[in-house]
Amino acid sequence: MALYSEKVMDHFRNPRNVGVIEDADGVGEAGNPVCGDIMKIYLKIENDIINDVKFETFGCGSAIASSSMATELIKGKPISEAAELTNKAVTEALDGLPAVKLHCSVLAEEAIKAALKDYFDKNGIEYDHEKFAPHEDCAHCCETPESAAGKNCK
Amino acid sequence: MIYADNAATTRMSRSAIEAMLPYMDKLYGNPSSLYSFGQEAKEALEDARARVAKCLGCDPREITFTSGGSEADNQAIFSAARLGERKGKKHIISTAFEHHAVLHTLDKLKKQGFEITLLDVHKNGIVTAQQVADAIREDTCLVTIMFANNEIGTIQPIAEIGKVCREKQVLFHTDAVQAAGHLKINTVEQNIDMLSLSAHKFHGPKGIGVLYAKRGIMLDNVINGGAQEKGKRAGTENLSAIMGMTVALEEAVAGIDENAKKLTALRDRLIEGLDKIPYGELNGDRNNRLPSNVNYCFEGIEGESMLLLLDDKGICASSGSACTSGSLDPSHVLLAIGRPHEVAHGSLRLSLGEDMTEDDIDYLIKSVTEVVTYLRNMSPFWRDLVNGKRTHVFAE
Repeated sequence: MALYSEKVMDHFRNPRNVGVIEDADGVGEAGNPVCGDIMKIYLKIENDIINDVKFETFGCGSAIASSSMATELIKGKPISEAAELTNKAVTEALDGLPAVKLHCSVLAEEAIKAALKDYFDKNGIEYDHEKFAPHEDCAHCCETPESAAGKNCK
Repeated sequence: MIYADNAATTRMSRSAIEAMLPYMDKLYGNPSSLYSFGQEAKEALEDARARVAKCLGCDPREITFTSGGSEADNQAIFSAARLGERKGKKHIISTAFEHHAVLHTLDKLKKQGFEITLLDVHKNGIVTAQQVADAIREDTCLVTIMFANNEIGTIQPIAEIGKVCREKQVLFHTDAVQAAGHLKINTVEQNIDMLSLSAHKFHGPKGIGVLYAKRGIMLDNVINGGAQEKGKRAGTENLSAIMGMTVALEEAVAGIDENAKKLTALRDRLIEGLDKIPYGELNGDRNNRLPSNVNYCFEGIEGESMLLLLDDKGICASSGSACTSGSLDPSHVLLAIGRPHEVAHGSLRLSLGEDMTEDDIDYLIKSVTEVVTYLRNMSPFWRDLVNGKRTHVFAE
């Protein structure tokens, strides 16, 4: 019994869409180095369609696989659809993640939302602020006051 | 496959396996049985006890067989605490980077009203005897400090600490799980009152260990029941494992100098190679460390992904990142030597074995360098460090 599903290992070993888009229309980041994972998403958007997407990730195997899968799920899709991407969809597409790694899929969802928000803000597009509100903390590492203490959680 | 995780466990020695087999097959008697078939087993058990005692420079009566290092740590600490409690002494001194078998036991005692002082282990991962002397109080009942650290391999000044404790008449326990069979141990010369060891760290079987306790120290049971081990550890003795451990320990002790010389050369070759990776740093003192231990932090990457990629290259290693520790925080050992969280996540431990070659070491250097470079190239954290948006912790 391996730690991860074959899908996770495939996306970890051969991550899709790794890199940077220099003239991205939207850039978003989630996580922080203190917690041990950061995801950064770059979007190229034309006519409300995500024409290109790239990611950079600092993190564990499931963090890299989650970013890779998340970018695959939104590539070529309308932004309205990308905005609805959930961590659950990412997890399911990866044939599941160990319970302790679910936060990786949450980070992928957050990073994509942050990139879309950046695009909306830059272009003066109205959006539901509540839905795109930046998370006050990274849920997985600031669950308790003790674990948050001494860390620079946002 | 290159197995570079010998601090986790080791391959059993062939002669240790051979020594075990008769006690599962022909000599399966229970040492507690009265008839001669049982008494044969009893003789083997006492012979093993004497041989283990010889390896540690102590008396056979001071040896209690346990299920391993964790049980021995628990029993040593609880016993000393109970003895102290009776005299109204409820203060214990330890260090911040002990194994969890020690730290969690101390947590439990803290809840029972004991006061615990955890000494600083400095950036080099070494505590001093002076710190111990300064921390000892009238009500101190125990000092428990590991012989060598399990993650970063740093060796503690055990004999000096033991001397301080002896002078101040405080019990001294050392968790020697990483040291036994690898570093010279003599309970008399090193002034050790109690010591824990585990067989599978020196090519013996898993599930067996030793608690040495100097004569006169009343042990408190962790496992209650029958009268085995002078009533201090119930349960039918795991005789085959005890025989395997005994042979493995004798072998390890006989080869201690030769192995240390060979491993130190391999270790230093590996350190020299990994030092070339920019923005990485060796964890723990460069020289005063186990001959087998190499542990690095690399900036901008995370440990678990390093381990998975190394696994793909046929390398078994370990890391102190949160993702591999099963908790939200990275290794308490790396935090104790002052590594910030973000750097501690990028740690890698390679613990070498005696059967390794220089070619293996060169392959390790090449593979780790490749993996670190690959992961940094996809890391936004690394990009920020390169662009100066975040500050490096290490020098280039």
